[in-house]
Formats: sequence, structure tokens, C-alpha cells
Amino acid sequence: MKIAFTPLFSTWIDAYAPDATRSALPRPSIKPNAAPMNQPDAAIVQFDNVGLRYGTGNEVLSDISFTLFPGRFYFLTGASGAGKTSLLRLLYLAQRPSRGLIRMFGTDAITLPRERLPGFRRRLGVVFQDFRLVAHLSAFDNIALPLRVAGVPEREITKPVDEMLEWVDLAERRDARPATLSGGEQQRVAIARAVIARPDLLVADEPTGNVDPDMALKLLRLFESLGRLGTSVVVATHDVHLIRKVPDSLIMRLDNGRLSDPTGALRYPPRRTGPTGNHGGIAPLGFAPA
Amino acid sequence: MTAASSAGRARNRDRALLPNLRRGSPMPWVIAIVIALTVIAAASGLALRNAAMRASADLNGGVTVQIISAAPISRNQQTEAALAVLRRSAGVVEVRRVEQAQLETLLEPWLGTRPGDAIDELPIPALIDLRLSGAATPERVAALRAALARVAPAARVDAQSAWLIPVFRAISTLQWLAGGLIALLATATVAAVVLAARTALVDQREAIAIVHLLGATDAQIARVFQRSAAREAAVGGLIGLIAGIAAILALAEQFSALGSGMGAGAVLGWTDWLAVGAIPLGGVVLALLTARLTVLSALRRMV
Repeated sequence: MKIAFTPLFSTWIDAYAPDATRSALPRPSIKPNAAPMNQPDAAIVQFDNVGLRYGTGNEVLSDISFTLFPGRFYFLTGASGAGKTSLLRLLYLAQRPSRGLIRMFGTDAITLPRERLPGFRRRLGVVFQDFRLVAHLSAFDNIALPLRVAGVPEREITKPVDEMLEWVDLAERRDARPATLSGGEQQRVAIARAVIARPDLLVADEPTGNVDPDMALKLLRLFESLGRLGTSVVVATHDVHLIRKVPDSLIMRLDNGRLSDPTGALRYPPRRTGPTGNHGGIAPLGFAPA
Repeated sequence: MTAASSAGRARNRDRALLPNLRRGSPMPWVIAIVIALTVIAAASGLALRNAAMRASADLNGGVTVQIISAAPISRNQQTEAALAVLRRSAGVVEVRRVEQAQLETLLEPWLGTRPGDAIDELPIPALIDLRLSGAATPERVAALRAALARVAPAARVDAQSAWLIPVFRAISTLQWLAGGLIALLATATVAAVVLAARTALVDQREAIAIVHLLGATDAQIARVFQRSAAREAAVGGLIGLIAGIAAILALAEQFSALGSGMGAGAVLGWTDWLAVGAIPLGGVVLALLTARLTVLSALRRMV
């Protein structure tokens, strides 16, 4: 089924989000299209031999190395307990690794002083698996949170947030608290909150797990459109059908805390394996493009 | 855009970051009790200071000469001679013999006035009240004593302020006590705000974690807490101020009924009332700073 890309969202994404957020935040200029993968300077995230252990336990992630480029769409797959959520936590700076190097937006993210963390986090959009909506705030206020945190004037918040609510079919639930929303509605609020500030990196943990197939596809197209504007998108999912809907995507697969990467697609420099796909001939792991 | 409107918008944005904190909290009542006690302690301390200062000013240059002689004729002669010497002495601005009738009036409560009472038969010393220009220092009192020794050997010269030294010491102790009480109450305010801020932090831990991950700075989050603490302190402070002033006025009425000379000096001037009125403001600032530092300290331990 083909989902039409509504003009409403185009209005929002072109007219509001860039001005509303980028004017308030210092950030390097990023070309609004996928960057070529043979330019290391264009990398938005670089992991180099990263390991993570909680307390004194075994490593839940070992020797993780990959590079993410602006405007690219990445799927993170793996069985339950493989370490997907831990890897995402490293990506959205909720966790520091036990070892290795992480560079984000050209800066060493591990030695990043605490006072600089908020500036980096404002460049990220996160869809948590359990949504993590603020219970006492309405759907509108939850979606507006990233803009308010970034210091966007109140008068510039109402219109884009209302349009975003309409776009995710929640205009009628504008003032509803999360507890009164269904799982799918909460998920849509969480996604709207993650994308409202048009982040440089969008990290989503099972973002379509609670929504119907039509809405899942609609949200996927939203992520793709963000990618076209320069946002790197990392989606953790088990859903093979979802992955097939994005033929241009790259796939990272986690097995027991290790990243399967036989093609070298996610390392720099990427190993070109053939003429498949339209992103440098990199063959996604385990899945053929739909 | 003015700085005030910019600050107002920042407040609005911060307000929307976290839900309303501590609605229905007992904190305003705790602050009200602390502020009321502080107001009473501060007003008492200031009133005691004023009483001591006024008494000290009144007695500063006062000297009393007693002619202690059992023989009435000799007593009168020595008193007249002493008066003559004192009137010629440098630095003496006023000399007055306390009349016999006035002395008897002063002694009536102890010696009685009815026929048969001993007041007429007792050899009451003659009293000379004199006032010096400036303070009655021990040196000046000693000089007067030496001058009177030749003409009135029964004269005893005392600086009036010397009699009240124990009273001044007691007042000073009470002032320190009031200061200590205020310090303790300030400590109690800090402890109450720290406890309330920590409780609110625990209540809002999940929301704080979320807004942190969305890029909120520690200062943004702390502003929400400090504003809440300031609002509660302002409400409690106002209630406490009203209660404290009511207590002061009631005490003032009771003390004014005593009619004591020293008690009459224990009044508050307008600067004192301003200082008392500023106590809730001090409470608000203290609560705000305490909440800010507590929250920032706790947030630094979070990721």
C-alpha cells in the first residue's frame, strides 16, 4: 500500500523545524543529503573497538566498530538480549562505554565534559522502546519538550507541534496525558517528540512495534524524509518486513554483543562488494533489498 | 525584547519541562513557623538592643554622689560644700540635690508611710545627681572623688552606668541568644528545603532522566526546583511574617503595661521594622539557593 506523503508534514519540516531548532543551536553545517561514505570527515558517529560491561559482569558489547554517515538509514537487528538496547544507549549518550573510542559529531564523546553533553543530546532524537513520555505532561507538551529544552520561543512552538500532532493522527488527543493514550498513540507521541527538532541523528528502538502497518509505513517514510534532509537514522527492529521497505538502508546485526559485519559495510573505509544498492554498492547483511 | 520579557519566557519554558512540583507540600507551613519564630527572635533582639542603647545614653554622663553620714547637721554641711565644689568643677553641666521628699517617696515602698514606720528616724543619705559633659569614665569619677574628699569626706561617688553593667551584660547575652536562635532557624530552613528538594528529585527522577536525555541542562532543571522552593518560601514567609508581627504587637502591649523605664526604651524604629519585614525575603533567597545547590549536586551524580 502506498502512503501519500502529506503536504502538511512538508510544510512543517521545511518551514518550522529547521528554523526553530537550528537557529537556537550551534552545530556544524551538514549537507542535506546522504554524504559519500569515502569521506571520513563526513562521519557523524564513529565507534572503534567499543566494549561495554555493567558492573563487574561480562561484556554485553564487545569490539564494536562502525561509522555512521549523515543522511543514511541504518537498521540494527539481532535477537533479544543481543545488546541492541545497550548499543542504542551508547548512541544516545545515556551510557559511557567500558572501553574503546566513540566520536560523535567530530568530537570524542567519551571524554566529553558533562556540561557539553546537553548540546550533543539536543542533536539527537530518541524513540525509546518503552516510549518514556513524561507522565504529567500532555501529548502536546511531551512533543514540545525538545524545542523547549533547546530554548525555542514559545510562539514558535505551537504551530509545528500542532501540525506534528495532526500528522501522527493525534490532533484530537492534544491535551491527553500519556496514561490515557493507547500503546500505539504513546508510540506516535514518542516518535513525534524524537523528530520535532529535526535531529542530526535519530535513534529508534522498535519504533513501530505498537502501531498498525499503515502507520508503521507512514512513520518509516517520515524517517526516510528526515534522512533526505541530512539526518542519520538508526532503527532497532526485529521486523524483517520493515527492513525490506527501505531498500537504501544499511544493516547492523548484533550477535551476543558483537557486530556482524562481514562485508565491512559499516567500517571506514567501507569495503565495496558489488553493484547492489544505490549507496556505494554495499550489500546489506542478511537481507536483500525489497 | 527586554531582559525582563526574555527572563519571563525562559521561566515559561522551564515551567513546561517538569510537572508541578510538590503540590500540597507541607513546606509552606514549615517555612511559616520558622519565619514566625525568626521574626519574634529578631524583633526581641532588636528591642533589647534599643533598650540597652537608650539606657546607656541616658546614664552615660550620669554620676551620683551620696553623703553617707548619720549626723543630720554634718550631712547637710558636707552636702552644701560638695554642691559648691561640683558647680565649680570643669565638665559638670548639671548639678541637682535630690530633695528629701523625693527620697522619701522613693523609699516608701520599703520603709512605709504610716505613723510608727521608721522612715523619719532613719539616717537617709543625701543624694546629689550630676551630669557630666561626655561619659563618666573611671578617671573623671576618680577626679571628682578626690575633689570632694577634702570638703565632704563622707561622700561616695558612683557613675550611674556602673550600676547597670550586670543588666547590660544580661541584655548582651539575650541578644546573642536571639542571634543564635536565628542561626538555628536558618539551619532548620536549609534542612527542610534540602529534604523537600531531595524528595521531589526522587519523585521526578524519571521525568528528569527523560528531559536530561532530551538535552536539558542541569541549570534548566534546577530552575524548576528553585522556583518551586522560592514560591513555597514566599507563601510560608508571608504567613510567618503576619503571625510573627501579631505576636510582637501582643508582647509590646504587655511590656508597655509594665511602665518600667527600661522597658519603655525597648521599642522598634522604622529601620528595625524594615529589617523584620525583610526576614521572609531572606527566607526566600535562602530556600532558593538551598534548592538550587541541592538539585545541582544531585544532578551531577546522574548521567
